[in-house]
Amino acid sequence: MISPRMASGMQEKQYTPSLLSFFVYNPSFGSREGEEEKKILFYHPSEVEKNEKIRNVGLCEAIVQFTRTFCPTKPAKSLHTQKNRQFFFEAEDSFWIVMVVRNPMVEKPNKDGRPPTIEYQEEEILDTVYGAVLRECYSMYKLFNGTFGRAMEAGGVELLMQKLDKFFYRYLQTLHLQSCDLLDVFGGIAFFPLDKMTYLKIQSFVNRVEESLSLIKYTAFLYNDQLIWSGLEQDDMRILYKYLTTSLFPRHSEPELAGRDSPLRPEVAGNLLHYGRFLTGPANLKDPEAKFRFPRIFVNTEDSYEELHLIVYKAMSAAVCFMISASVELTREFCEQLDGLVGPQLTLLASDICEQYNVNRRISGPDKEPQFKFIYFNHMNLAEKSTIHMRKTASVSLTSVHPDLMKILGDINCDFARVDEDEEIIVKAMTDYWVVGKKSDQRELYVILNQKNANLIEVNEEVKRLCATQKNCTKKRERKRDGERAMDCFTTLKLSALQGVMTASV
Amino acid sequence: MSEEHYYLELCENPVQFENASSVNNVFFDEANKQVFAVRSGGATGVVVKGPEDKSSVAFRMDDKGEVKCIKFSIGNKILAVQRTPKSVDFINFIPDYPHLEFSQECKMKNASILGFCWTNWNEIVFITDQGIEFYQVLPDKRSLKLLKSQSINVNWYMYCPETAVILLSTTFQGNVLQPFAFKSGTMSKMSKFEIELPVVPKPAKLNLSERDIAVANMEGSCKKTNVLKLNTTGKFALNVVDNLVVVHHQSTQTSIIFDIKLREPDCALNVHQPVLPPRSIHPYRIPLTGPSAVPSQPPVPCELYSSSWSVFQPDIIISASEGYQWYLQVKLPPTVNLLQDKGKLIDFLLRRRDCKMVILSVCSQMLNGEDKGSLPVVATVFDKLNQVFKEYLEAEQTYTVAMESGPSRGSTARERPVRTQAVIDQSDMYTHVLSSFTEKKDVSHKFIIAVLMEYIRSLNQVQITVQHYLYELVIKTLVHHSLFYMLHQFLQYHVLSDSKPLACLLLSLEGTYPAAHQLSLDMLKRLSTANDEIVEVLLSKQQVLGALRFIRSVGGNDNISARKFLDAALQTADQMLFYTIFRFFEQRNLRLRGSPSFNPGEHCEEHVVYFKQVFGEQALMKQATV
Repeated sequence: MISPRMASGMQEKQYTPSLLSFFVYNPSFGSREGEEEKKILFYHPSEVEKNEKIRNVGLCEAIVQFTRTFCPTKPAKSLHTQKNRQFFFEAEDSFWIVMVVRNPMVEKPNKDGRPPTIEYQEEEILDTVYGAVLRECYSMYKLFNGTFGRAMEAGGVELLMQKLDKFFYRYLQTLHLQSCDLLDVFGGIAFFPLDKMTYLKIQSFVNRVEESLSLIKYTAFLYNDQLIWSGLEQDDMRILYKYLTTSLFPRHSEPELAGRDSPLRPEVAGNLLHYGRFLTGPANLKDPEAKFRFPRIFVNTEDSYEELHLIVYKAMSAAVCFMISASVELTREFCEQLDGLVGPQLTLLASDICEQYNVNRRISGPDKEPQFKFIYFNHMNLAEKSTIHMRKTASVSLTSVHPDLMKILGDINCDFARVDEDEEIIVKAMTDYWVVGKKSDQRELYVILNQKNANLIEVNEEVKRLCATQKNCTKKRERKRDGERAMDCFTTLKLSALQGVMTASV
Repeated sequence: MSEEHYYLELCENPVQFENASSVNNVFFDEANKQVFAVRSGGATGVVVKGPEDKSSVAFRMDDKGEVKCIKFSIGNKILAVQRTPKSVDFINFIPDYPHLEFSQECKMKNASILGFCWTNWNEIVFITDQGIEFYQVLPDKRSLKLLKSQSINVNWYMYCPETAVILLSTTFQGNVLQPFAFKSGTMSKMSKFEIELPVVPKPAKLNLSERDIAVANMEGSCKKTNVLKLNTTGKFALNVVDNLVVVHHQSTQTSIIFDIKLREPDCALNVHQPVLPPRSIHPYRIPLTGPSAVPSQPPVPCELYSSSWSVFQPDIIISASEGYQWYLQVKLPPTVNLLQDKGKLIDFLLRRRDCKMVILSVCSQMLNGEDKGSLPVVATVFDKLNQVFKEYLEAEQTYTVAMESGPSRGSTARERPVRTQAVIDQSDMYTHVLSSFTEKKDVSHKFIIAVLMEYIRSLNQVQITVQHYLYELVIKTLVHHSLFYMLHQFLQYHVLSDSKPLACLLLSLEGTYPAAHQLSLDMLKRLSTANDEIVEVLLSKQQVLGALRFIRSVGGNDNISARKFLDAALQTADQMLFYTIFRFFEQRNLRLRGSPSFNPGEHCEEHVVYFKQVFGEQALMKQATV
């Protein structure tokens, strides 16, 4: 949390944004005088004194109520103060979630033993980023617990409070507010680029498994933590994908890489060696004590409201999620059947994909360090691609560029969100960097260039050229491998159309 | 027994002839497939019936003793009759030639003629117990000319008319077979081969007779390594129908069929098991005709597998006692239910002649109802069909290439590949199987989509371009069940290939699924032949600037209609946009024609008026400023 910075010979302390409090309330639960505490369904940190909790909740309620008088449909979403920023989100009817983030600050020591001066950097954090983080908290809760409303129906306030407590107690510890950025705003999905034939083979595999194990309602297929197929709807897949890639997958090391004698090494079942294993549920099928309990998730909460077992099964780099109605009890027999059926096929498929992937990589040439970095996002299919971010782990997301640049990206994104029109924004950053944002139809592209002494026109030309070369190399690849394209990236219509007329605002 | 029980039947219109009796001798000539009914040695008439009516002849000849063998040369030109073991008599049937009989004795002394075969309209081979003699008949001179002869001990012989090959049984046991081939005046000796005898008898005696051998012409080369497992004993007879070997077994009154090309996975190579369980030939009733027939009288059942039956190659069965000659036929529909293994069934059907509709019905059946196949089975069937389809397409392609490059290097002109019924293309599948299948109410959409994807996968696997109507089926099914996200993913991975019709279909979905708009435009852009469409789409969405940018990026901005863009800009009611667009075209006019004003042909007068109204006369671009 603290990263000391050397400045003007004195020790300065830089504090990143951090979570001050997080609470859930429903104003209709304690509308009578003296019953205000009943409104509070969850409060973090829990050790805060009761009256302070009530005061804080009351304040939020008042702000929301007050701003509603100006625009009944769009009450305040955030409150900026010098020390912190509060985010309000009405997750369900009358159920509010509030997150209070302390602004980043710099602590400057003073001479003469006087207390250090604290400078709050209140403009350093973005509403869009943390607003998205807050909404994601709710989505994640809903994925594993269903809606607040359903919990109320099933067991009243008590059950809801239990659920909130159980979920957020652990979840909030995994929030890393200091490393949130534009990608949190997008909440996108990285798709694995794949040729048509291999993709069809995966389709065939999914269909066959769903046919022989008819209990399976939905299937999702991932490779290298990137999505290939989702039987779930987009919104459900978006949050499940987030859970898989930031929580479940990083928790499981790769037994394939483990040594021969490692206990993690997969077992030889019969003569047939396969690398399949359960990431959720039983760690070892042979264990007589094994429990066949799987996490439960809630999907399609808007209409059919389904509760499902989440079976995540992995062989090498291929992971498959099988979702089965929670009303069915999953037995050892079922798991063994699944293991026997899916394990060998998935192992084969995973090595097919790997081979195909390597072939494509060889065709597209050696990975050269590109002269620029980019983030791409398509709102229509949530496809996301970033060369700025390193592999996300459970704890932090690492970026390869300076936070100031990330902030600029976020700012451009805010500008884009304001109007519907296609736009292009070019920013000269304080350092030698140029940041270019393009928005066309439903796609956004952000490029960071490092070119000293370049002027606006040169930068524009450069980005044009980059788009063109990217497109050309994809085209070349297309010709070589039918169907293989860099997933949804630069093969766009309007991005190129944009290159003609420039509406730059610097 | 239901109709579905029998897979073999006798043809409906048999060749009828007078049944064999003490005064009527019946002969069959395998070469011309003619039946000869010779009454009283020919004195009271010879009636010849062939497969077609026009090959039927009736005539008289003098009774010069018992007829042993009688055959026409090809085209009914010359009749050969053998009455003695030493000679063959000939009668001209060519108009304007002398009709008087002439005779030819065999050249070898002490030899007796076993028989003779016509190899051409005027070439004949005598087979004697001491060898063969090849003659040319000179009908005008009423004599024969010896072309060639060969001495060899012959037990018996067999003639295959299709290939003009005579097989001679030689050696003491009779199991060494010597083939000779004949072609327009030449005779060539082929390499002999030996039939392995199951037991070598002691003392040695003639062990292999002509009854044990059948020569037939089958598609492809069937080497002697094919072994048919009969799994039973007794008297057998062979037919070959539709490339199937039919083995009739008299004592059980059943027949079994073998498919030489069907590989048994679990057996040693080329050992064949019957394809189907043994079944009798479909019961046959003889309609009573002639003066004795009474209309109400039911047809009489015919005795099948009767001892008076004679079986000839390839597919002929003759009942001399009843006076019928049938062709044996294989009925494919009953086989569908007799072969449980769908993959094997398809393999079997693909090699049959009239298989298309049967195969398509198998496909329909495996997708519907109780007998529904699992996806792996469906996949296997599709793969087999598409493999055959692919082979045909490749042959066609090779042919086309060869034709285009011209008949070079003296190679003989290639034959255009024949499209057999086994070639089942996408439109067959669509029309007869898939389109009705996707409309079924009682089949889950999951299964429908899985089947369609499986078919598309199978086509892709053999690199056949998928037709857009198959994609339309997929899209319609997905849209019908509101599975837009699935559709989106398929398009994202280009599983549904780009085409203009598909892009238009997507465009029409925009109302229910907004993302379809982007998908459609992307597709049009990738097609790179649909720039006009893209402009239209963008203009219809009032994205005038976007349309202009696009057309500029593809370099088409000099040819677009100014009026179209100005109209669209006017409709947006955005004055600044109108100004921009108007200015753009003024500049274009200037660049192309040296003047910013519009040509009368462009019909932009009202736009100029509007522009002056809103921005004033002075806002118009001036010639002088250039």
